[in-house]
Amino acid sequence: MRCLATVVIRFDNVSKRYPGGKEALSRVSFEIDSGEMVFLTGHSGAGKSTLMKLIIVMERASQGQVFLQGVNVNRIAEKQIPAIRRNIGVVFQNHQLLFDRTVFDNVALPLIIAGFQHREIGRRVRAALSKVGLTDKERVLPIALSGGEQQRVGIARAVVNRPQLLLADEPTGNLDPGLSAEIMKLFHQFNQVGVTVMIATHDLELVSRLKKRELQLHEGRLVNHE
Amino acid sequence: MNSGATAAVSGRRDRMLAWLANHRQVSSETLVTLLVNWVTSAMTWLVLGIALALPVFLYIVLINIVALSGDFDGNPRISIYLQQDVTASETEQVLGLINDHPDTHEVKLITPGEALADFQARSGFGDVLNSLERNPLPAVIELEPRNTEPYALRQRIVEIEALPFVDLVVIDLAWIERLFAFIAFGERVAWALSLILSLGVLLVVGNTIRLAIENRRTEIEVVKLVGGTDNFVRRPFLYLGFWYGLGGAITAWVLVQTCLIFLAGPVELIAQSYQDDYSLQGLSAMEGVALCLAGSTLGMLGAAFAVSKHLHTFSATMEAEG
Repeated sequence: MRCLATVVIRFDNVSKRYPGGKEALSRVSFEIDSGEMVFLTGHSGAGKSTLMKLIIVMERASQGQVFLQGVNVNRIAEKQIPAIRRNIGVVFQNHQLLFDRTVFDNVALPLIIAGFQHREIGRRVRAALSKVGLTDKERVLPIALSGGEQQRVGIARAVVNRPQLLLADEPTGNLDPGLSAEIMKLFHQFNQVGVTVMIATHDLELVSRLKKRELQLHEGRLVNHE
Repeated sequence: MNSGATAAVSGRRDRMLAWLANHRQVSSETLVTLLVNWVTSAMTWLVLGIALALPVFLYIVLINIVALSGDFDGNPRISIYLQQDVTASETEQVLGLINDHPDTHEVKLITPGEALADFQARSGFGDVLNSLERNPLPAVIELEPRNTEPYALRQRIVEIEALPFVDLVVIDLAWIERLFAFIAFGERVAWALSLILSLGVLLVVGNTIRLAIENRRTEIEVVKLVGGTDNFVRRPFLYLGFWYGLGGAITAWVLVQTCLIFLAGPVELIAQSYQDDYSLQGLSAMEGVALCLAGSTLGMLGAAFAVSKHLHTFSATMEAEG
C-alpha cells in the first residue's frame, strides 16, 4: 500500500459510458505515484483519450472515483476546474497552438491566465523555450515552424507553469522516429527533475526502449496492470 | 489541489495588478483588432449608429417642438365677456382682479365703445348698428396667461368664470390640446422606437460576437484547457461588444449632429417667423455622454448574451479516439 500523499492520480473502479450506450472505460483502477513516468498504450478507441479527459475534468466518470492528489474530481464544482487544470500540463498530438500568435505568446498563455506579472512571464517563457531548444524562435509564428518544432512549443507551453503533472496524448503521433525519440527524451528529462509524466501512445517500440511502467488498455479495460 | 501553480504569484495585490494589466491589455487589443479590420468594423458601427440615431433624432425633433411651443407668439388668449350692464368702475374692478393674478402675462381691455367702432369699421353693418338704441356689445377683457398647458388653462378659466360681472369666457383650446397630444404621441413613438432599435443593437452585436467566437474557437479551447476561467474567456468578447456599442453611439452622435447642421438653415427660417431668435437645439454634452453610455452598455449586453449562449457549447477536443 502506497502512502496517500505521494499518489498523484488514483482511479477507483472508473467507468465511462457515453450517451448512446458505448462504454469507453470499464472498471478501471490504478494509481500513479509522484515522480513516476507511465505510458498509456492501446489501440485507437481503447479509451486512452477518455482516460486523459477524466484526469483534466473534460469529462466526468459515469461510475467510480477519480482522485487527483487526494481530491475527488468527480465531486468538484465547475468553477474549481480551472484551478485544477493549472496544475496539469497537457500536450496534444495536434499541438493546439494559436497560429495568429508568436511562439512567445503561445507559451506565455498559461502564465497570463494564472495572473503572473509581466517580467516573471518573460523569464519563465524563455526558460521553458530554452529547455525545448527553441530560444531563437520566440518571435516566430508557429506556422513557420516544422512539425517537431511545433510539438516542442506545445511542450514548452505545458511545462511553463511548472506543473507537477504532465499529460501527453500521442505527442509523437505525427512525427518521424528520429523526432519522436527526441520528444520522448524531453519528457524523460522533465521526469528526471521530479515531474510526474503520463504519455498516451501506440508507439510500442518507444515504450519498450524506455523501460517505464505501462498501462495497457483494451476495449476500455486495463489489461496489464503492473 | 488548491491552485498550487498560482502560489508563485505572491499576493492579493500582485493578483489585482495582474488582473488590471489583463483588462488593460484585452481592452486595447480588442480595439486594435477592430481598427485594423476597419472596413468591417465601420460597417458594424454604421449599422449600430443608424439604429441608435433614429430614436435620438426623433427625441431632438420633440425637444425642439416643445421649446418652440412653450413660447409661441400665437399664445392662447382668453376672451372674457363681461355682462351687458356693467359700469366702467365695475369693469375696472374685474380688470384689477385679473391683472393681479400671478399667472397673468398681459391684459387688454376692449370697451363696448371700442368694440362697436371696430365692428362697424370691419363688418360694413355701420348703418344698422347706428339705428340701434343702445350698444349691444359687451366689454371684453383679453387675457394672455403665462401658463399655457391645457390643464392650467382650464383651471384659470374656472377661476375667471367665478369672478363677478363675468358673462362668458372663451378660448380656443383645441389646437393646444392637439399639439400636446401630438408631442405625447411623439414621445411614445420615440420610446417604442428606442426599445425596438435597442433590441436591434443587441442582436447585431450578439451576432457579430457569435462570429468572433466561431473564429476564435481554437483559442477558447486552448485557454480553457490550460486553466482559463470563464471570466477570462469571456473578457475579450465583452470588450469587443463594448467597443462596438461605443463606436455605434459615437457614430449616432455624429449622424444626428450632421443632420442638424444640414437642417439648421430651413428650420431657423421657419422658427424665426414665429419668434425672433430661435436656434435649433442639438444634443447637449451630457446627452451625448448618456448616448455613449447607453450604446456601450447595449454592446456589452449583446456580447454577454452571445457569449453565454455559445460559450458552453464548447468543450475542448482532444484527438477523437476514445
